[in-house]
Amino acid sequence: MALQAIAFYILAAATLGAGLLVITARNPVHSVLFLIAAFFAAAGLFVLLGAEFLAMILVVVYVGAVAVLFLFVVMMLDVDFSALRAGFSRYLPVGAVVATILVVEMVAVSVGVAQRGAAAGATPLAPTSVTNAEAIGRVLYTDYVYFFQAAGMILLVAMIGAIVLTLRHRAGVRRQSIVDQTARTPAAGMRLVQIKSGEGLRE
Amino acid sequence: MGASHAGTFWGTPGGWTLLTAGQILLVAVGVLLSVVVVLYADRKIWAGVQMRKGPNVVGPFGTLQLFADAGKFLLKEIVIPDGADKLIFLAAPVFTVTLGLSAWAALPLAPGWVVSNINVGVLYLFAISSLGVYGIIMGGWASNSKYPFLGALRSAAQMVSYEVSIGFVIVTVIVLAGSMNLQTIVAQQAGWFWNWNVLGGGGWKNLPMALVMIPMSVIFFVSSLAETNRPPFDLSEAESELVAGYQVEYSSTPYLLFMMGEYINIILLCGLITVLFFGGWQAPFPTPFLKDWAPTLASLFGLAWFVLKIGFFFFMFAMVKAVVPRYRYDQLMRLGWKVFLPTSLVAVMLVAAWRVFGPTG
Repeated sequence: MALQAIAFYILAAATLGAGLLVITARNPVHSVLFLIAAFFAAAGLFVLLGAEFLAMILVVVYVGAVAVLFLFVVMMLDVDFSALRAGFSRYLPVGAVVATILVVEMVAVSVGVAQRGAAAGATPLAPTSVTNAEAIGRVLYTDYVYFFQAAGMILLVAMIGAIVLTLRHRAGVRRQSIVDQTARTPAAGMRLVQIKSGEGLRE
Repeated sequence: MGASHAGTFWGTPGGWTLLTAGQILLVAVGVLLSVVVVLYADRKIWAGVQMRKGPNVVGPFGTLQLFADAGKFLLKEIVIPDGADKLIFLAAPVFTVTLGLSAWAALPLAPGWVVSNINVGVLYLFAISSLGVYGIIMGGWASNSKYPFLGALRSAAQMVSYEVSIGFVIVTVIVLAGSMNLQTIVAQQAGWFWNWNVLGGGGWKNLPMALVMIPMSVIFFVSSLAETNRPPFDLSEAESELVAGYQVEYSSTPYLLFMMGEYINIILLCGLITVLFFGGWQAPFPTPFLKDWAPTLASLFGLAWFVLKIGFFFFMFAMVKAVVPRYRYDQLMRLGWKVFLPTSLVAVMLVAAWRVFGPTG
């Protein structure tokens, strides 16, 4: 359909343009914002493919959580970009090798796809009547349940690791205990004193 | 909206684009008008609790005060601080309003009245609301000043924290309803009000789930207060410490846009509470008589209930603002991470267990 083609070209151009601007922008905060734009356009491409669940998860996880942390770090750090660019010529050969490998891989994949079509040879995992969120759920929690659990364990270990690294118990710190505060009665918290006139309070 | 137009002019690409644009315009104008109403109501309720009169000079009962304020904001000069990142500084409020309005695309307003009836509507709303934090960070950072930056960081940390519990509360509703389509979720809550998700969603059989879902709806309500930076969680604009947080450098129209975005989000979250827990556009009693009505009239009947419920929840928002003192920052974080997160996690497990082993499993 014509509308879909127009939407595809706009979104694809936006993804590529934003990706290019991520690496060319001088200000790191601008880079992160362009990265967010690239994620967003990629989510749009997912929607065009009919994978709306993946699109939303992409936005929630990458844009809503990961990129926020990126932005936090980049804004807090005082990154000196001229110092980073100083070693450009030294790192160029390594970068060029990596870039060449990636380009060759991508060209090979796209040629393969162009020759026999993306979905050729693939059988649908679920009847097409179910929504793709349901289809993913059915596969994820049955065939791939161990991988799913393993991914969960890895994330849990990472989380515990981060807590262990940053948690320190300092002695002598006064903390608020809300349970103690709400359990306090007037009898425990205050003392009524009758003060005789002219004598004042003596203790 | 939503009806099939295949074969007519509205089914062609041009017609479809026109139709959708018209629907978007209609919803956007409706939302913007309700922002005006809600802002006025907010000030009046706040004033009423404090035994003041509130806006009462411009127009009858002060109803035109908001238009006077808007005019004032529009006519003032836009001050951009020295050394600010001009583009991001101006883009931040626009971004906030755009997000606020685009979220309304998936919210079902009445039977069949929704701009885009997507299968993952709940997830779409969650995704859009999780982007709201960017407007604040961008505004705070681009101002190139200490107070906005601190305010933005505080506000972002707060919003990210409460998003987690909001996410889990939404999961309980998704599991209970078995669908992520907002129209389906609302349609399942038809009939008497004990079919609403807040009471277990499914009549007497599911009533034990009310023990889980009532606390979940309270958590959702409190989290949406924190998510929209409303009092008692308005730490990002705590005027006694941070002047006005991330928006301290903003003036004129950009400030107006931030303000509008905030209120659009407040109405949106009131609508989301209604849709997820309180039956959306469903009346609290069975409505078999609607079959004999014209479809448009029946939809208007649903819309009236939806607006009524949103109004009720906004009244709650306004009352909380008037009567609850502001939280301290560590108390806010404790509430989010140590109280709401574990509670909602346990609730997800309980609801999932009920769905598998319970009578509706």
